Amino acid sequence: MAMKINTGEFHERVEKGIHNTFMRGAVAGAQERLRTRRLEAAAELGNWEQWRALGEEIRKHTLENLDYYLMQLSENVKKRGGHVFFAQTAEEANDYICRVVESKQAKKIVKSKSMVTEEIHMNAALEKLGCEVIETDLGEYILQVDDHDPPSHIVAPALHKNKEQIRDVFQEKLAYTKTEKPEELALHARHMLRHEYMTADVGITGCNFAVAETGSITLVTNEGNADLVTALPKTQITVMGMERIVPTFEEMEVLVSLLTRSAVGQKLTSYITVLTGPRDEGEVDGPEEFHLVIVDNGRSDILGTEFQPVLQCIRCAACVNVCPVYRHIGGHSYGSIYSGPIGAVLSPLLGGYDDYKELPYASTLCAACTEACPVKIPLHELLLKHRQTIVEREGKAPISEKLAMKAFGLGAASSMLYKLGSKIAPTAVHPFTINDRISKGPGPLKAWTDIREFPAPEKERFRDWFKQRGEE
Amino acid sequence: MEAFLQRLASRLGRDMPTFVERPQWKHAPQQTVFQGYSQDELLAELKKQCTRIHTTLVETNTAELQQTIEQVIDAHGGGPIVVANDERYEQVGLSSFLKREDVHVWDVSLGRANIEAAEKANVGMTFSDITLAKSGTVVLLNHHNQGRTISFLPKTYVAIIPKSTIVPRMTQAASIIREQKHVPSCINFITGPSNSADIEMNLVVGVHGPMKATYIVITDC
Repeated sequence: MAMKINTGEFHERVEKGIHNTFMRGAVAGAQERLRTRRLEAAAELGNWEQWRALGEEIRKHTLENLDYYLMQLSENVKKRGGHVFFAQTAEEANDYICRVVESKQAKKIVKSKSMVTEEIHMNAALEKLGCEVIETDLGEYILQVDDHDPPSHIVAPALHKNKEQIRDVFQEKLAYTKTEKPEELALHARHMLRHEYMTADVGITGCNFAVAETGSITLVTNEGNADLVTALPKTQITVMGMERIVPTFEEMEVLVSLLTRSAVGQKLTSYITVLTGPRDEGEVDGPEEFHLVIVDNGRSDILGTEFQPVLQCIRCAACVNVCPVYRHIGGHSYGSIYSGPIGAVLSPLLGGYDDYKELPYASTLCAACTEACPVKIPLHELLLKHRQTIVEREGKAPISEKLAMKAFGLGAASSMLYKLGSKIAPTAVHPFTINDRISKGPGPLKAWTDIREFPAPEKERFRDWFKQRGEE
Repeated sequence: MEAFLQRLASRLGRDMPTFVERPQWKHAPQQTVFQGYSQDELLAELKKQCTRIHTTLVETNTAELQQTIEQVIDAHGGGPIVVANDERYEQVGLSSFLKREDVHVWDVSLGRANIEAAEKANVGMTFSDITLAKSGTVVLLNHHNQGRTISFLPKTYVAIIPKSTIVPRMTQAASIIREQKHVPSCINFITGPSNSADIEMNLVVGVHGPMKATYIVITDC
């Protein structure tokens, strides 16, 4: 599965995350900051709940009529001289993109940040053709230069790296000679990337929102990189997840406002750009050719199911920024480019339970994510639904849970075994008990006690205590 | 396309609709922002917002506009300057400014040389077509005489804002754009200079686009 990052078992990834002190500090700090800014931005509006209700209503209506709006979008893109390709799978999307690139004999491609191109592993497909694909979002660029380190946050992909690490990578790979100051590092990236924009053959972008009524696509950035990616190369390819669409400009503006406030606490980011077709006649900059690739890649299997609300997502990461589990284990632990609560819901749907069955369990069900979501996706309820599906229909509960449940079932089913088990428990765990707490538990207790203590079983069993009380 | 959309229709449990009416949304909080504000009040809000987006706002009038522009450009280190081929410059009395040696006026007949001029320019300058008070945003409806790169490639971006273009927020811009017969191929909503917080969440101003931005508001226009 292409959206998959990292190999190894879930618990190994978590183990690694929990012991990465810098990452945990950075994640906690970023969460605090982004969460506070989002709350301030919401409070400043005064009627945040009304905005959320509007956002939810727009997203629901659009999803319920997704086929119609996609057809309208496609017709309007064509009217403006653009090309549209509907890709059922990641392979179809990559094949089409590669065909366009080959037909242009393109060698250098500049790209602005896009989760869906990560999801379909587009860069690898293009690199196989012998093309150079350059990420232009500063965070993504840093990761790419560092031997394609995967992103760990939807909005701030290089959150897990500190500035000294970035300086070292720049020194090694980009002949950088200055200090670890973010200003100097960014200036170097500016210099390197400016040259790439000017000489690239193709520009590739994602799509924050497509507007059905006009055939437009909207790109939201603070750096302005998407603008240079689309203004300078002769060919532009835009890749969108099929659900990233709104009926008209009026809904687009509402969702953009919800996105920027929820993601970074800004009223609007520095650059919001609406592009319609290729450049008009007589225009000097902007692409001569425009291709829109609309990607399904598993999304239609979610439509019409109880998980449909997950498609309302506008990728703001507000849920990630409030999640206590994400805070402790970091983005890479999720094993998918989609991390945090949204990742725990979406990854098993797009990537299957075989790879992602643990994720719905990586949640406290505290509902902070649901409360933070600007378009009211009931994230914690969907996590619970996943657990039900995993256990009831798929029979794929995590192995440790299955064993524990089996043991409990066995023990609890027989009155004699239960009596015996509960009676010998204090004695059995006695060697591990200090002051009524177990801090280095055996067997199945180990996973728990690696992180926290476990209370030792009471010496007197409840049923004995109860029996005695009854006799008194 | 057929099969792709048919699949969605069947997942949604019905035939594909031939027409969908956009509902009357139950809530419309966006409509009430700065409702009934005068242009003066909107300008005051715009000024307030500029302090939060690393952007200098200068007020002037038509009579003093050229002098103000020259001061702003000097303060940013002078030319070269790239501007749109826009009749509004003449309307506000800037014809002689355009004749300055270090000013490049966008010229379709020169093709890519315009982009090269923008790349070398220290200042890029355009009019704002619609200005959003709430977020401090200028809206550029680009066309063949106003290239996209004027506002992106130079080190500094200067927006000339006629006070009459100020509206409460993006809501009004969206309706204005919907009324247009031909939607421009590129519309920019620009809110201050380029920036990034990708390195340890530190805000760095000036990453790919302009490193500085100044808004010049013409109060009698």
